[in-house]
Amino acid sequence: MNSTPTPPASPSPDAPAPGATIVLDQAAIGRCLKRIAHEIIERNPDLTKVALIGIPSRGIEIAKRLAAYIAEFSGTAPFAGVVDVAMHRDDLHRHRLPPRVERTILPHDLEDLTIVLTDDVLFSGRTCRAAMDSISSFGRPARIQYAALIDRGHRELPIRADYVGKNLPTAHGQRVHVRFEATDGIPDSVWMSLA
Amino acid sequence: MSAASPIQHQKSAPSVPAATWTHKDLVGLQDLTAEEITLVLDTAAAFKTVGTRDVKKVPALRGQTLVNFFVESSTRTRVSFELAAHRLSADVINVSASSSSLTKGETLKDTAKVFEANHADIIVLRHSSAGASQFLAERLDASIINAGDGAHEHPTQALLDTFTIREKLGRVSGLHVAIVGDILFSRVARSNIHALLKLGAKVTLVGPSTLVPRVFEQMGVTVTHDLDAVLPTADVVNLLRIQHERQRKEYFPSLGEYTALFGLTKQRAEHLQPGALIMHPGPVNRGVEIDSDLADSHRSVILEQVTNGLAVRMAVLYLCAGVRTSVP
Repeated sequence: MNSTPTPPASPSPDAPAPGATIVLDQAAIGRCLKRIAHEIIERNPDLTKVALIGIPSRGIEIAKRLAAYIAEFSGTAPFAGVVDVAMHRDDLHRHRLPPRVERTILPHDLEDLTIVLTDDVLFSGRTCRAAMDSISSFGRPARIQYAALIDRGHRELPIRADYVGKNLPTAHGQRVHVRFEATDGIPDSVWMSLA
Repeated sequence: MSAASPIQHQKSAPSVPAATWTHKDLVGLQDLTAEEITLVLDTAAAFKTVGTRDVKKVPALRGQTLVNFFVESSTRTRVSFELAAHRLSADVINVSASSSSLTKGETLKDTAKVFEANHADIIVLRHSSAGASQFLAERLDASIINAGDGAHEHPTQALLDTFTIREKLGRVSGLHVAIVGDILFSRVARSNIHALLKLGAKVTLVGPSTLVPRVFEQMGVTVTHDLDAVLPTADVVNLLRIQHERQRKEYFPSLGEYTALFGLTKQRAEHLQPGALIMHPGPVNRGVEIDSDLADSHRSVILEQVTNGLAVRMAVLYLCAGVRTSVP
C-alpha cells in the first residue's frame, strides 16, 4: 500500500469523505503511469504505429499523460486521441440521464496501428467492449491493447487489461473515485468509498 | 453522487458542470435553456463524425421503434429523421395522413395511441396544426419529436441552422442574423428566433410588412422592410421559402415584385461582408428568394445544412430516447 496522505482539505463536494480510503496520491499515480509508459514502450518496438486513445472522461487525460511520458522516455511522441463510447453502450436504459456523447478523435488510417485504449477504472468491462465496437466501426487496427489506472475486478465480460496501474480488490457496491488536477481541479487522487 | 445503476463506477463528467438533458419530448425551443441548446449542438457535433466512418451506424437505439408520422407532407425532414434513426439502429416505419386511418375520421390521439399499442418508442410528428406535438406529448408515454406543427415551431430545423452557423463561424453569440421572407407563416423563423436569441445573437427580420408585422418586435428582434440596409452588417442571411401553399394572393402583389424587393440577387449579394453565410432551409424557389447561381456559390451552406440536419436529429433522438427509457 502506498502512503496514506490526509484527504484534500478543500470544501469541494468532490473530495473524499472522512473515513474514505485513499488508494493512490499524486506521486503514486505518477509512478503508475510512468511504469505503464515503460511497459508500452517495451511491448511495442515501433512506437510510430501506436495510438493512445482515451475513453471519456478521465481516460482522455490518461492517454495524454501516457503519450507525454512515452515521448519523454523514448523520443517518439505517439498519437493521443479520444473514442466516444456513449453511443455504443448497450445500457442506455440503465442510466438516469443519457450519457454525454463526446467527439471521437482517431488517426485517419487505423490499418497497421496498435490502439492502446486507456481508462481510469476497469470494472465490468462493458465500457471497454463499447470502445472496441466504436473503434471497429472506423476501421481495422492491427491490434487493440488496454490500459487501466485501476483494475477493481467484478468483470461481466471476458476482458482483461494489458497494462494495470494498480489492482484494487473491492466489494461490488463500493465506488472507486479517480480525480485529476487537469480535469477536476483537485490534486490527482484515487479513493474508495462505500456505495 | 447518488448511486446510479449498479454496474457503474463513479464516472461523472469533468468538473465543469455540463447541462443535462431531462426531456422525453422535443416540442419546441421556446422552453429550452441556452445550456440545453448548447448540449444538443455539442452532442450533434459528436454524432456528425458517425457519417465519416466506414460503418455509418451505432447501436445506441437498438431495439427501439420510431414512427415517422407525417400528417402534413414532407420529403427532406422525413428522410432526414428516417436516416438518423437508421444510423442509431432504431427500427422505422413511415405513416402519412393519406395512408392512415385519419382519412376514416379517427382522431389524432387515437391514431397515435395505436402506434403506442404497437410499442412505438418515438413518434416524430409533422402536423398542420400548431400545438399538435404538445397535445400528444402530454398524452403519450412515447417520446414525441416535433417535426413542424403549423406556424408554431420546427425545432430541429432551427437547431441545424444554429449548428451550421456555430460550425462555420465559430460562435453564435454576438452575430447578426437576418431572417428574410415569409416570417408570419414560418415555424422555422419562430424556432430560429428562440434559438438565436437564447444563444446571444442579434436577429433582424426582413420582408414585406404583410409577412413581417411589427408585432414580432415583442420577441426581442428588429423588424425592417429594407433588405439593402441590413445586408452590410449581416453575418448570416437566412432566406425562408415563400410558401405558395399557405399564402393567399393578397400578401404581396407578385413573385416578381417580391424578388425585386426581397430576393437575394447577385447585385445585392455584393453588399454582404466577405465571410457572410447564405442559408436556406429548402426547398429553394430558385430565382425567387435567391438567385440560382448564388444558391450554388461557395457562400451558400444550403447542402451543409442538410448534412448537419442528420447529425442534429441523431442527437435529439438519442437524448430524448435516453430520458424516456431511463430508470426512475
